[in-house]
Amino acid sequence: MRKNSSAIERMDWMLVALFFVLIIAGWLNIYAAVYNEEFTNIFDTSQRYGKQLLWMGTAVVIATVVMLIDERFFSTFGYLIYGIIVFLLLLVIFIGAETKGATSWFSLGGFKIQPSEFSKFATNLALAKYLSTLNINIKKFKTKLLAFAIIGVPAMLILLQNDTGSALVYASFILVLYREGLSGNILLIGVLVAILFVLTLILQAEVYKMPFDLFLNGATLLVLCITVLLTLVFYVQRKQKRIIWLLLTIWIACIGLIKSVDYVFSDVLEPHQSKRINVLLGLESDPRGAGYNVNQSLIAIGSGGITGKGYLKGTQTKYDFVPEQSTDFIFCTIGEEWGFLGSTMVIILFLALLLRILFVCTRQRSTFAQIYGYGLAAILFFHFAINIGMTIGLAPVIGIPLPFFSYGGSSLWGFTLLLFIFIKMDADRLEVL
Amino acid sequence: MNQRLQKTWVLAGIFVCIGIVYIIRLFNVQVLDNRYKMDADNNVLRKVIKYPARGLIYDREGKLLVYNEAAYDLMVIPRQVEENMDTLEFCALLEMDKATFMEKMSKAKKYSNYKASKFEKEISTISYAKIQEQLFKYPGFFVQRRTLRTYPERSAPHILGYVGEVSPSVIEENSYYKSGDHIGISGIEKTYEEVLRGKRGIEIQMVDVFNRTKGKFKDGLFDTAAVAGSDLQLTIDNDLQRYGEYLMQNKKGSIVAIEPSTGEVLAMISMPTYDPNLLVGRARSVNYKQLSLDSLNPLFNRALMAKYPPGSTFKSINALIGLQEEVLTPHTKYSCNMGYRSGRFHMGCHSHQSPVDLEFSIQTSCNAYYSNVFRNIIDKYPTAEEGYEVWHEYVKSFGLGVKTGIDLPNELQGFVPEPTYYDRYYRKGSWGSLTIVSLAIGQGELGFTPLQMANMTATIANRGYHISPHIVKSVSNQPRSIIDPSIQRKEVNIAPEHFEHVIEAMYKVVEEGTGRSARIDSIKVCGKTGTVQNPHGDDHSTFIAFAPKDDPKIAISVYVENGYWGSRWAAPIAGLMVEKYLRDTIGRPEIEERMVKGNLIHPQIASNEEE
Repeated sequence: MRKNSSAIERMDWMLVALFFVLIIAGWLNIYAAVYNEEFTNIFDTSQRYGKQLLWMGTAVVIATVVMLIDERFFSTFGYLIYGIIVFLLLLVIFIGAETKGATSWFSLGGFKIQPSEFSKFATNLALAKYLSTLNINIKKFKTKLLAFAIIGVPAMLILLQNDTGSALVYASFILVLYREGLSGNILLIGVLVAILFVLTLILQAEVYKMPFDLFLNGATLLVLCITVLLTLVFYVQRKQKRIIWLLLTIWIACIGLIKSVDYVFSDVLEPHQSKRINVLLGLESDPRGAGYNVNQSLIAIGSGGITGKGYLKGTQTKYDFVPEQSTDFIFCTIGEEWGFLGSTMVIILFLALLLRILFVCTRQRSTFAQIYGYGLAAILFFHFAINIGMTIGLAPVIGIPLPFFSYGGSSLWGFTLLLFIFIKMDADRLEVL
Repeated sequence: MNQRLQKTWVLAGIFVCIGIVYIIRLFNVQVLDNRYKMDADNNVLRKVIKYPARGLIYDREGKLLVYNEAAYDLMVIPRQVEENMDTLEFCALLEMDKATFMEKMSKAKKYSNYKASKFEKEISTISYAKIQEQLFKYPGFFVQRRTLRTYPERSAPHILGYVGEVSPSVIEENSYYKSGDHIGISGIEKTYEEVLRGKRGIEIQMVDVFNRTKGKFKDGLFDTAAVAGSDLQLTIDNDLQRYGEYLMQNKKGSIVAIEPSTGEVLAMISMPTYDPNLLVGRARSVNYKQLSLDSLNPLFNRALMAKYPPGSTFKSINALIGLQEEVLTPHTKYSCNMGYRSGRFHMGCHSHQSPVDLEFSIQTSCNAYYSNVFRNIIDKYPTAEEGYEVWHEYVKSFGLGVKTGIDLPNELQGFVPEPTYYDRYYRKGSWGSLTIVSLAIGQGELGFTPLQMANMTATIANRGYHISPHIVKSVSNQPRSIIDPSIQRKEVNIAPEHFEHVIEAMYKVVEEGTGRSARIDSIKVCGKTGTVQNPHGDDHSTFIAFAPKDDPKIAISVYVENGYWGSRWAAPIAGLMVEKYLRDTIGRPEIEERMVKGNLIHPQIASNEEE
């Protein structure tokens, strides 16, 4: 390996190209979202597109600096970086500036920095470092506990900042743990619990007429169905004596879950959160309130048609019908102005980025780089799936940005760090012994 | 390691699956489902209605009777109203108390916080001038221009009618109208609504989420311009109309004047009347209520909607029918000794020489003569039914008891009993000419509108035909008599020479008979008086006339309620109207003065004034 060739020359150019395509496309759409005949100077930093241009410039500087730093810096100081960030997350709760109900911003003389956007890469580093330790076994309880702690601490702190959306992102690390040996059953159980939760929500509002003039409410019917199903399983598998205990446990767990839905819904979740879930499931229609964002978002995207209304010609986004259109709902501008072709293109770009990251992961020699890569993919995927999903009404409204697209310095810098540390690791992969 | 690679594939699978699901969803939302495109238009496009100016109305001489004046609706967008606005000063400006202000404000908020709603409607130009100077201090308030009808001549309210906001039931029936639109509610404003209203235009504007205008949609490609309503010219002579209203002051009744050769209505007066400007703008509802509660019923158009028996004026018709049916010649004489007797039946008459011939019978209005004539017409036929059938057809051909078809709403048909009416009322076969002899002198069941009486007079003046009476002469300078098939010439089946006898007699009525008070120097006026029996009070005074005798330019009917003899009020008023129309100067100011001063509604006031 030619040791004297610089890391920049050895970068994975496809990832870098995707990065630039995404941030430039993002900027074009931010420009469209806040476009205004009176301010057309793209460098005007009083406007969001002017500022975003500034963030993009600095992001490129950050990326360059990352490429120049020694690769071992990140693995060596992983815990330290994590520690500093956790401290900042804690600090922001006390001295942070409150914006839209969340105290997740440091205000530094007109500049605002959101530490939770940086804690993703820090957590990813720490988790990768921990899981790449020699002889680690995820099957062990202690390992699991520590891994979950690394993920959970920043998540809890962000939750305390009242920024539920950003905290939920940490759930994506479960995908990393899964790859590192966490049983797939846990994922499966998680999905099943979610399905049961949703089913209960939908069904409990209904009353069904049964034969013999019996009226059953949906939840009771659900319990009945589960009982019948488990009995059937038991009947088929009756040779195995131990299965009865397993089935009984499942049965009790299911009933407990069904019974707890109401409690979780009304006491654990905030009213606006339960309302958003209800709106998503179509149990509640509230086009002026909780449903307003999604409704307007769908109108904007839907009115784009196949080819869109043309760049800067979107009326829904231009006239502010869609809220948060340069940040969380930036995808609306894409949908309205570029149509089905444009929005599909964006989805394909993200899929390309995600699959490329997975591919690059497989060629890593170091476990650390590999795990870090999967963490990166998981985080990007979570943001991508939730952000676009909520604009098209397939996911609950959780206020998290679309990576590289949404307006915002902290998030752009955070994602740039996250991505370029991985690109740096990949560039130096052959130096790893 | 192998297992990890496998899990990488699982992850890649999940990513691709979600991507595909999203693309399918986008295809559904953006390509297949059109609902969102419509919603987007509703969001962003605001259709601003451009109200056309309503057509103007002129009289036959081209004098402007109705035009539009600007009025202003004060609109409010509650969201833009400042919290700390000076409500006290604002209320003072609008001459409104604080409670009303709060009420209107909460009503506007209830409608929409972002959309403009009417705060105060139809503010006059004068009030607007004052408000406009101060309005900049109150963000959220702005004015929207509307037009209101104005009546500079203050005449003919019953003909012109009025305009008001469209009612919910009309909106339901007719998709053209939207809430807040104006519509003609009565008079020609109603019958010519579609002509007068013009065509609404639309401007499609783009608005943002706060309903602020952001310019025209596609530079006005889909905008339509408002088309102004067509102007109308009436057949009414405004000077004559106003003169009639002047003469009839403090009296109840009606005058209708028609140009016989064309069927054009020259004047149509219904008394008491009101100033049409009362039913305009904000004051309308209050004034309307007051007018509708008035016991004299000024809103009621007596010319079209009141039914009076024709009285003795009807004798001319019976004379014409008698002549045509050959039961009468100009030389036929009947004796009259204070009335008509047949067995125990007696119909009184006043004292005059006897026997009388046709001419003198009209001149002196002899009841006995027409009882004979009428009975001879009926009894000429084998049965009373058949005779009556023939008589009734003649009467109808004069436009009596049938709608004249005038271009005004709510015209009454009038009443001539059908032959079957008497069969029902008495017993079939048990009634005869004597039973219904009061028809001979225009009493009994007969009831005609003043318009029908004027039309009947025009038929006599024309010697046997009339043209459908109408009130609109031209629409956008297109004469209706040419374009409108509803204006027809209707013939009466009576020979023209018979008319000459009756007309000669009617001339004598004015020259030396009961109608002398209608006489005008050097204009040959033909007329016939009538005194209409009124079971509710003093008899009604009536008179029909046309002039000049040989080239009739005006045919007129006058009813003065409780005016007693036709010669007392109706005849002089008819004479003055004819003189006014044909000469434009009044040669007998003393009669004019007596008519104007006469107060039949509050007689005491009149007598006090005279003292």
